[in-house]
Formats: sequence, C-alpha cells, structure tokens
Amino acid sequence: MKIKEVRFVSGNEACAIGAIAAGCTFFGGYPISPSSEIAEFLAELLPANDGRFIQMEDEIAAMGSIIGASLAGAKVMTATSGPGFSLKQENLGFACMAEVPCVIVNVMRGGPSTGAPTSPAQADILQSRWGTHGDHPIIVTCPTTVQEIFLEVIRAFNLAERFRNPVLYLLDEINAHMREKIEIPEASELELIRRPAPPQAENWGFPYRRNAEGVPLMPDFGTGHRCHVTGLDHGETGFPTGNAEIRQALHHALMAKIDKNAASIYKNDLFMVEDAETLIIAFGSTARSARRAVELLRKQGRKVGLFRPITLYPIPEADILKAAEGKRKIVVPEMNLGQYVLEIRRILGHDIPIAQVNRTDGEPITPDQIMAAV
Amino acid sequence: MVERYEIRLSGSGGQGLVLAGVILAEAAAIHDNMYAVQSQSYGPEARGGASKSEVIIGSEPISYPKATSPDLLLALNQESFNKYAPSVQAGGLIVVDSDYVVDELKGNYRLIGLPMTDLARTQIGREMVVNILCLGVIQELTGTVSREALERAVMHRVPRGTENINMKAFALGIETARKHKQEHPNG
Repeated sequence: MKIKEVRFVSGNEACAIGAIAAGCTFFGGYPISPSSEIAEFLAELLPANDGRFIQMEDEIAAMGSIIGASLAGAKVMTATSGPGFSLKQENLGFACMAEVPCVIVNVMRGGPSTGAPTSPAQADILQSRWGTHGDHPIIVTCPTTVQEIFLEVIRAFNLAERFRNPVLYLLDEINAHMREKIEIPEASELELIRRPAPPQAENWGFPYRRNAEGVPLMPDFGTGHRCHVTGLDHGETGFPTGNAEIRQALHHALMAKIDKNAASIYKNDLFMVEDAETLIIAFGSTARSARRAVELLRKQGRKVGLFRPITLYPIPEADILKAAEGKRKIVVPEMNLGQYVLEIRRILGHDIPIAQVNRTDGEPITPDQIMAAV
Repeated sequence: MVERYEIRLSGSGGQGLVLAGVILAEAAAIHDNMYAVQSQSYGPEARGGASKSEVIIGSEPISYPKATSPDLLLALNQESFNKYAPSVQAGGLIVVDSDYVVDELKGNYRLIGLPMTDLARTQIGREMVVNILCLGVIQELTGTVSREALERAVMHRVPRGTENINMKAFALGIETARKHKQEHPNG
C-alpha cells in the first residue's frame, strides 16, 4: 500500500482524518467529552476540504442535521458520548426507518446519566444494538488501535452508504485519547463506496424500491426527483401506508438488508486461537489488555488465544462458534458489568464455562485481571 | 532496545506533562522508528488536580497502552511521588523535583532529585518550560530516545514562537543531568 503520510495522532484525530479520507462532507455535532476533539478537528478539516461543519444546539438537533444533509447527498457523521448518544436515539430510529446513510461515533464513557466524563467505559454495547425503539437494522463496529480507528471509520462510511443504514462506531476514552503512529495511505489506495444510484428515469417515483442487495434506490434530494421520506410505515413510494402486507414486507426488508449481507459486514481479528485451550473474547481497547495477557501467558507456556470482533453487530455467531470449538474455557473482559457476554452465552450455551471480567470504576481492565480469570 | 519500556510522567495539571509525553512518544515512533503509545489521565479541571501522562516505548508493537510497573517515573510533586513510587519496577528510576518532593520513601529504585522547576524559572525565565527541561533530563539519564529525535519532536510540537526557549530548556535539562552523573558516578 502506498503511504501518503506518517503521523503521530490521537484516536479522535485519526477518526476525523479518516472521515475526510472516506469522503465525509458534513458533520453536525454538539461537543461532549471524551469525543469533543473529533468535532474540533473536523471544524478545521471540513471547510478546508469543501465540506461543512456545524455545531448544533444539542445532540438531538445534531442527529437531525446529519439526516438532512445525508438525504441531500452528503456523506455525513456526528460524534458524541454516552449522554449524547441517549439523546440521539429517537432520530437514530428515523434514520433506520427512512434508510438514511450516516456514521455516528460514540466515544464511550461511564453511565448511567452523566457518569464520568473523563474516564473510559464500554457500557453502551447493548444500547448500540437496541437503543432506539422497534425492531431495526443496525451495524456496530469497534476498533482497537489508532491506525485501526483511521481505517475502520472509512469502512463505517462504506457500510453506511452501501446499505443506506446508520453505522455506529464505538470508541472509548482510552483509544480516543491515546496517541500512536498512523500511516495514511494515498487516496488512490482507498476503496470508497457511494450509495446505490437510482435508475436514470426522468422522475423515479419509487425511492424505496430495492436493488439485489435489498437496498433502496433512493435519489438524493434536490436532484429533480419526487422524493418523500417518513418515519411511518411506508411502501416503495415513500408515502405512509396502512396496508398490512406492505408494512410487514417493509419490516422484513429492513432487517434482511443487513442479515442477508452479514457475511460481508463481519470482521474479526484472531490471535493465537487455533491451539488455544482458553479463548478470550474482547473488543475495543480492552482487547489490548487481552492481547497483552495472551502474550504474557504464552511466555509461560499457557495455551491462550484472543478472538476480537471488530464488527459487534450483526454479531458473527458462526465465527464465534468456530473459534470457541473445543476450547475448555471462555473469558469475556469488558468495561461494563456484563453486556456482550450475554450474547456470547446465548451463542455458546451452557456447556462451556464462561468467565467474566468486568470493571466500571473508570480504570482500564488490566492484563493481570484477565490473566487471573484465565 | 528493550521489548517494552514504561514511562510515567506525573505532577499537577498545567505543568505540560501531557505535551511532554506526546513529544517523547512522537520522537520514538516517528523519528527513532520504534513503537510508542502515549496516553494520559486527568480530572475535569484545566489546572491543578493530579495529572499523569504515560508513554510505552518498545521494539515490538505495543498491546496494553498503560504503564503497570514503570521503568521510569518522573514526579514533580510530593503527591504524585507518594502515589506512583510504589508501582515502579524493581531497579527502576525515579526522577523527582528536589524542591517539591522532600519526603522520600525507601524502595528498590534509583532516585535522582534535581531542582527542575526552579531551573526553568531562574535559568530560562519561564517556569512553563519545565516539561521540556524534564525531557532533556530523561534523555541524558536513560537514552531511551535519541537526542536528535527529541529535538525534532520538540520543534514540531511546542507552540510557535516558543521554540527558542524550549530548546534552551531542553539543552539545560541535558546539561543538568550530565553534571549530576559526573558528580554521582555510582548513580
């Protein structure tokens, strides 16, 4: 890969640089620790790259602003943290229902409520899957290193555009504020995806008619097409309907769009899994503690491996089953009181012992803690 | 170069220790071609409060980004010394500001006290450059990161217009540590 530039930056800065590389042209936000630097960097980067930055009056309006900009054809992002993420849930549901491509960064801190603004947590995992009401499709990704934050935010934009769906991008205070070296590839090395284009019709009247992947062929607003979006159940024309058949078909189509294409959304990183007797499943910055624990235990001759899901949702069930096959024990460390472990338990059942390592005191889970649980 | 070398810089908020950590790590990662991670923890206050900046440097990719038992601790006040000295690696090095750390706990480490804040104030004329002066001290005492790499990173990261006094502070740090080594050949 041809490298354009090598820099030493924080995770938040890498996220902002990555958004620009992904083609983001609009950010609407409201500052909140520990995510504020993303807005700060984009306030400089976007105007310099033919984009628009706007600070809204609150998180709800910020979410509304990116929905509007996306419908008008922009690649869009907002960034927030726990309390702000709660506020975004209503409009997030609208974006799922109206199938509006957008990337929402949540730099996780403790909760509930205002919690602890300057300390890390991973306590919004289940909220990221089910935070807004109703059955809805969602993609959630969670990077670990600063280099990965840069690369994965580009993938988040690509997934949002390809499926016309919100993608939630989960960082935490540790990897958002930590600084590492990143290599920024030449633009020509990056594959960028744009939402599926509607047919070349004079006035395409079916913004919710779907392509082979099940994604609507919606024109951007302002391109001469008649276009209607709503949070109500709707058919192919985008107008509300009470027709039971159309409503049922819509709900299935929304979920199928992600479920049927899940294989191309999954992304995992496996470290010394094959001959391992104990498997650690960890994500985000906790995966760094877990990797250190594996390195140290391997030096002692202990057979331990790490399965790191980068895509948290849709959940890579078959990959988790395969990685866990024949293992004697599973360890799930996470900076919450036990969230993703509920999914792991559901997938692996009760035949294999699953140990939890949890912490919500604002300190990272240490390699020692994980080693003790192994 | 060792596989993993942990550094913790501690003092109070506003002393520039986060920036010092960033410079140290950038020097290692960009100019000395090693692996480096910098992280910090701080309270909600902009000044005062306890501040801690950590740098891990190594010849291998760094997994866990935080210091667990530092090889090197810099403590600019008594509170940080008391809090972090017990976690220092056996045989590790602690550099303290000798005007502000007066009660020294016994432990299995090398302790070097230098009046760094006072030197910045009286020799450079600006107390705020103490962070860069400390980097000079660390460079001379440990050699973990090269002098050239640190100088380049200092020039890149300090606010424009302050390059000269910061480079002077850096050089004074090196000189002070060198003098200390000559006067204490056995550490």
